[in-house]
Amino acid sequence: MKFKTFFFALLIAAVCLPFAGCARTVKPTQTINVYNWGEYIDESVNAEFTKETGIRVNYTTYATNEELYSKLKAGGVNYDVVVPSDYMISRMISENMLEKIDFSQVPNYKDIGKKYHNLAYDPNDTYSVPYMWGTVGIIYDKTKVTGNVNSWNILWDARYKGQILMFDNSRDSIGIALKKLGYSYNTINQSQLEQAAAELTKQKPLVQAYVMDQIFDKMEGGEALIAPYYAGDAITMMQENPNLAFAVPKEGTNFFVDAMAIPKGALNKKAAETYINFMCSAKICAKNAEYTGYSTPSGAALKLLPASLRDNIIAYPGDSVLNKSETYTNLPESILKLYDQLWTQVIS
Amino acid sequence: MAPEKLVRRFWESIRHIKTFIYRFYVWLVLVFFYAPIFVLMVFSFNNSKSRTVWLGFTFDWYLQLFKDETIMHSVYVTLVVAVLAALLSTVLGTAAAIGIAGMGKRQRALIMNVTYIPVLSPEIITGVSIMLLFVWSGLKLGMLTLLLAHISFDVPFVILSVSPKLRQLDPHLFEAALDLGAKPMSAMRKVILPQIWPGVITGMLMAFTLSVDDFVISYFTSGPTSQTLSITIYAMTRKRVSPEINALSTLLFIVVLTLLVIVNLRQSRDNKQPQRKEEDVR
Repeated sequence: MKFKTFFFALLIAAVCLPFAGCARTVKPTQTINVYNWGEYIDESVNAEFTKETGIRVNYTTYATNEELYSKLKAGGVNYDVVVPSDYMISRMISENMLEKIDFSQVPNYKDIGKKYHNLAYDPNDTYSVPYMWGTVGIIYDKTKVTGNVNSWNILWDARYKGQILMFDNSRDSIGIALKKLGYSYNTINQSQLEQAAAELTKQKPLVQAYVMDQIFDKMEGGEALIAPYYAGDAITMMQENPNLAFAVPKEGTNFFVDAMAIPKGALNKKAAETYINFMCSAKICAKNAEYTGYSTPSGAALKLLPASLRDNIIAYPGDSVLNKSETYTNLPESILKLYDQLWTQVIS
Repeated sequence: MAPEKLVRRFWESIRHIKTFIYRFYVWLVLVFFYAPIFVLMVFSFNNSKSRTVWLGFTFDWYLQLFKDETIMHSVYVTLVVAVLAALLSTVLGTAAAIGIAGMGKRQRALIMNVTYIPVLSPEIITGVSIMLLFVWSGLKLGMLTLLLAHISFDVPFVILSVSPKLRQLDPHLFEAALDLGAKPMSAMRKVILPQIWPGVITGMLMAFTLSVDDFVISYFTSGPTSQTLSITIYAMTRKRVSPEINALSTLLFIVVLTLLVIVNLRQSRDNKQPQRKEEDVR
């Protein structure tokens, strides 16, 4: 049977294949394991890093902060660089999951704007270096939504019944209601949270759907008129559908930072710091910001961006917007439970 | 009109409607099966990142796909693991099936039930428990753990596709071969294996597809060096699936389709021609 010979040839070839791969990786050069969000980097950057430093990069990706957290918590892995968001960094710090970064190895940190130093999630800048930031705002169809869109109230406007999308998670949705009422995103006052939930219950008949990423397609395809969304993505959406516009509510909004950190158990801390430093260099920051549409915290990188992006007030809103905005901090367990409870009541 | 005629007309029209409904139903099923794939293929040529707005024709996503290191590396990981897992689990599974066939009734029932457990238990439990085992035993999650996990969930499927073939076999065939002077190994190789070969191949193909397809178990058992394609795609969905994935899926679909056509052609040719036997000349 010829097929059998073929089968065994294939078996032998297949057994040898990974070793051929190993022969490449087990060179004396160093390798670091980087774990970042999906679609959050200009791919060429990693190759450039290897060319410059000789350190190879194993680049893998995740979809949510919680996914990253559980992977690190479960053990059995050794990542050298991870990129959690603000509130997840504060959680990881409090659970002793991060290594202190030796900032003398990260000279490019000087380019990171003062606004992004010592933020609430890492008050002394010991564990993290900002990678990207952005704000949440309102994306809407300017041909069909009339009047001045400048407040979260538009998401409660009965004229757009069935045309409004809302975030499908407790923190973001209750947060928007809190802001609408003039409270803080990080409040631990139970009655304020209950008022916010009541607002959401009032809004529910107007909402077409509670969704996350589908906001992108739905808004682009004109299936809905108003939705909250991330500024970085809004820029891309507006390029694809020129009817769309973006506004930052006057009550203030969520300002998020995703930052690079080194988890406990990293095998190549030095190389990880080299990588973080490289990612902070102006040229690389600019490349990533241009590719992803999110905003770079590096002042030096900002100068390298094309004027159209640099002067875009959606990506780089002025201080008046940022001063009113808040980052999420990690909430106490009891409040998180209350969030879940209230949110279940709203959507059920 | 005569009443019989009316009745006949009535039945005739009923029959027409019936055939119409049958055909319509078949088409409906086909549309349900293939419309998503068709949409996916069309949008792999869309000159925009959008999945809803058509902005013209382009091959850009195909070019970018081959430049995208994360995707290409995960394709490599997926294929290496799937091929290796399929081959190794076929060897293990076939041997196990032959062993099981030779067992006594009660023992066989016991082993077959044990084999069914991983098939029936939820993937997430398999995934988590395998991961816990690896973490507990100090193995670092990576290529090896991924491969071991895949082999472990592939083997039962191979056993289950080989066993029926063995049951169809005349139990005296093996004895006859021995009586005619064959050594046990060559009787196995020249008599038993050729008979169960279709089951072995089916098992291998099934193992391969399951490996390529798997998300849950891979998700728990992969590490920094071994991200499979399904995990990469999942991670991309935070923003949204890039059309590169459409391009990749289109290519995979075409490859699978070609394979299927080739397999079918081979089969129909084999069925037409009288089977010729190649004798190994010693």
